[in-house]
Amino acid sequence: MKPRHKRAALIVGALISICVAAMFVLRALDSNIALYITPTEVAAGKAPVDKAFRIGGMVKMGSVERKELTVHFIITDTAKEVPVAYTGILPDLFNEGKGAVVQGKMDAKGLFVASEVLAKHDENYMPPEAQHAIDKAQSAGTGAGTETGAKP
Amino acid sequence: MIAELGHFALILAFLVALTQGTLPLIGVHRKHAQWIAMARPAAQAQFLLLAIAFGCLANAFINNDFSVSYVANHSNTHLPTMYRFAAVWGGHEGSLLLWILMAAGWGMAVASFSRQLPDEMVARVLAVLGLVAIGLIAFVLLTSNPFERMIPAAEEGRDLNPLLQDPGLVFHPPMLYMGYVGFSVAFAFAIAALLAGRLDAAWARWSRPWTTAAWIFMTLGIALGSWWAYYELGWGGWWFWDPVENASFLPWLVGTALIHSLAVTEKRGAFKNWTVLLAIAAFSLSLLGTFLVRSGVLTSVHAFAADPSRGVFILILLAIVVGSSLALFAWRAPSVAAGGSFAMISRETFLLMNNVILVVATGSVLLGTLYPLIIDALGAGKLSVGPPYFNAVFVPVMIPLLFLMALGPIARWKEANLREMAARLRVAAILAVLAGIALPLLMGSWHFMTALGCLLAVWIAAAVVFQTRDRLRTGNPPPSYWGMQLAHMGIAIFVIGVTMVGTYEEEKDVRMAPGDTVAIGNYTFRLIGVSEKSGPNYLASVGEVELLYKGKHEKLLHPEKRQYLSSTMPMTEAAIDTGLTRDLYVSLGEPLDKTADGKPDFTGAWAVRVYYKPFVDWIWGGCLLMALGGLLAVIDRRYRIGRVAKAPSSAMKVAA
Repeated sequence: MKPRHKRAALIVGALISICVAAMFVLRALDSNIALYITPTEVAAGKAPVDKAFRIGGMVKMGSVERKELTVHFIITDTAKEVPVAYTGILPDLFNEGKGAVVQGKMDAKGLFVASEVLAKHDENYMPPEAQHAIDKAQSAGTGAGTETGAKP
Repeated sequence: MIAELGHFALILAFLVALTQGTLPLIGVHRKHAQWIAMARPAAQAQFLLLAIAFGCLANAFINNDFSVSYVANHSNTHLPTMYRFAAVWGGHEGSLLLWILMAAGWGMAVASFSRQLPDEMVARVLAVLGLVAIGLIAFVLLTSNPFERMIPAAEEGRDLNPLLQDPGLVFHPPMLYMGYVGFSVAFAFAIAALLAGRLDAAWARWSRPWTTAAWIFMTLGIALGSWWAYYELGWGGWWFWDPVENASFLPWLVGTALIHSLAVTEKRGAFKNWTVLLAIAAFSLSLLGTFLVRSGVLTSVHAFAADPSRGVFILILLAIVVGSSLALFAWRAPSVAAGGSFAMISRETFLLMNNVILVVATGSVLLGTLYPLIIDALGAGKLSVGPPYFNAVFVPVMIPLLFLMALGPIARWKEANLREMAARLRVAAILAVLAGIALPLLMGSWHFMTALGCLLAVWIAAAVVFQTRDRLRTGNPPPSYWGMQLAHMGIAIFVIGVTMVGTYEEEKDVRMAPGDTVAIGNYTFRLIGVSEKSGPNYLASVGEVELLYKGKHEKLLHPEKRQYLSSTMPMTEAAIDTGLTRDLYVSLGEPLDKTADGKPDFTGAWAVRVYYKPFVDWIWGGCLLMALGGLLAVIDRRYRIGRVAKAPSSAMKVAA
C-alpha cells in the first residue's frame, strides 16, 4: 500500500468507529434519560406514561408513613402534591420538610412508585431540581392553599 | 494575626507567580542568562510561600480560631484533631488552597529534579507553570479567600460534614488533587516544546515520567474515592457515574491515552501533534473537572446564579487556557516534522487504536456528564442521564481496548507480523476461552457479558504472564517493562472484580428483629441486638450481627447508625467482612418499631440492608497494581538519560 492509501484507510477506519460509537451513544442517551417533571406538571397530566421520570420537590411535613419496609410520603412543589411509595431503606438525609428527588413510574391509581430516592450529601443542600420545581410553582402564583411546613 | 500572615503569604505567592510566569520567558527570548536562571528560585519561593499560607490555615483549624469564617463553617471544638486538620480541605476555599499548594509542589519538583535538562527548557516549563499559578492564585484571592475574618467571631464552629469525618477524606482529596494538578506539568512541557518549536524525542522522554507520576496519583485518588463511597456512604456501590466522579475520570482517561502516545513519540517520533493535543486536553479536563465540581455548576447551571463570580471566573480561566494553547498549537504545529512511518500492522497502529478508543470513551462520558447542562442551558427542560447510559456506552467501547491490550506489547515497532503474534498468544487465547466458559459456571450461572468479562480478563492476564516469561529469556527487562505488564495485570484484575460484582452481587433490604436471620447464598446474618454507644462527637445505635457460613459462626459485625451532636445529620457506618473472594456488608436503615409513647424503638426491629459482594476488592486491588506499575515506569533509569554524557556505556545498555 502507498502511504497515501494507508492514511486514507486509517482515516476511514477512524470515521467508521466514531460513527458506530456515536450510534451507541445516541441510542443509549435516548433510552436512559429521565426527565424532571414538577408536581404541578404531574397534576396537569404532563407526566410520561410507562416511562421512568423524576420528580423534584419537598417532602410534605407529617406525610411520611412507614409500614414495615414500604414508605409512603407526599412530594410537593407547594402548589400540587404527588403521593409516593418506596420500598427499601431511605438515604440518611431524607427528611420531612427537606428537598428530595424521586425517580420511578406512575401507576394506574396516580401513585408514584419510586425505584430511587435521592437526597444529597449535605443537610442544608437543596437539590436544584427540587428548588426549581418550588420556584416555578410559586412564581406561577398558585402557591396558596397547601400546607408544606417550613421551607428549608 | 496568623490568618493575616497566611493571607499575606498568599499575596506574595501571587507576585512571585507573576515573576515566574513572565521573566524567564522573556529571558529565553532575549537570551538573558540571569532572567532564565530566575525560574528555579521563583518556583521554590512560590512553593514556600504557599506552604506558609497553608500552614497558617491549618493552624487556625487546630487552634479552633472561629474568627476565621472558613474555619467556623467547617470545624468544631469536638472534632478530633486529625479531622480538624483534614477539615482544612473539607470545603471549597481550603480545597483550592491545597490545590494551588500542590501545583506549586509540582513546580518545585520540576525545579529540583531537572538538572539534566537544558536551562532554557526548564525556564519555559516553569514559566508556563507560573502562568497557570497566576490564574489559580488569583481565583483563590479574588473569589475564595479562606482567610476571611468573621466579626464577631463565632462561639462554636458549624462542624465538618459527618460524611467527611473519615480516614478516607484525609487521603482521598490530596491524592486526587495531586493527579489533577500533576497534569499541569505534562501541559507545561507540551507548551514549552511548542514555544521552542522543538517537539522531539527528548521532549517526550522528559515529560513521560512526570505524566506517569500524575497519572499514578490520579489512579490512587479515584480508587480511594471509590472505596470511600463503598464503605462510607452505605450504598454498597463502587461507582455511580455521578458527575463528580466523572469529572475525575475524564482526565484519567485522557491521561492514560497520553501515557501511551508519549511512548510512540519518544520511541518513533510519531504522533507529535496528537500527543501535544492530548497533554492540553488532559490538563483542560482537569481544570474543567475540579472547578466545575467546586463551583457546583455540574449539578445545575443555576449554581451560576448562586455564585456568579466563581462560575464566571472559572469559565474565563478555562477559555484562556484552552484558547491560548490551541492558538499556539495552530501556529506552531504546521512546522512540526512528520514522524517515522509505520505499517498497517505495527505497535504504532495498536497504540493509535488505544488512543482512539480512549478518546471516544472520554467523549461519551463527557457528553453524558454535560448533556443535562446543555439541555438546560438551551431551555429545553431538565433531565438526568443515568448510569445505564454510561454502562451502555462505555462498556462496549472499552471491550476492543481490552482485547487489543494483549496484542500491543508484543507487536514490533514499524512493522509487526500478525502470524508470529498469533502464535505467541495461542495458549493465552485457549485459556481465555476456557475461563469464559468455566468461570461463570463455577460462580453459579452463565451469562454472555459475564463470560466475555472473564474471557478478556484471563486473556490479558495470560498474555502478561507469557510475554514476561518470553522477555525474561533475553535478560532482565528494565523496570518500565515490568511497570507496563504490572499495570496491564492490574486491568485484568480490575475487570474480574467489575464482572463478578456486577453479575453475582446480591442485595437485600429486610426487616430484622433481634434473633431474626437472613440468608444470602451460604452465608447467614443473625441480628443479636442493637445497643446505644456514644462517640467523641456523636451518639450511635450499634447493631451486633453474627455472620455464619454454612451454619457455623464466622464473625461478629457491628454496623452503626450515628447521630452527630453539632448537626442533625444521621450517618450510616456499614460493617464489612472483607475477604479475597467476597465482601459481606451489613448496614442499619432505621428502627421500624415504636415504643409506647410513639418514639422510635431503637432496641426493636430495624430495616437492615445486607449485601454479598463477590470479588469486589479486586477492583481496588487492580487499581493499586496499575499505580504500582506506573511507579516502576517512573523509576526507570532511562528517564535520567542526561547522565549519558557521564556514563554512556551503562545507560546505553539499559536503553537497548
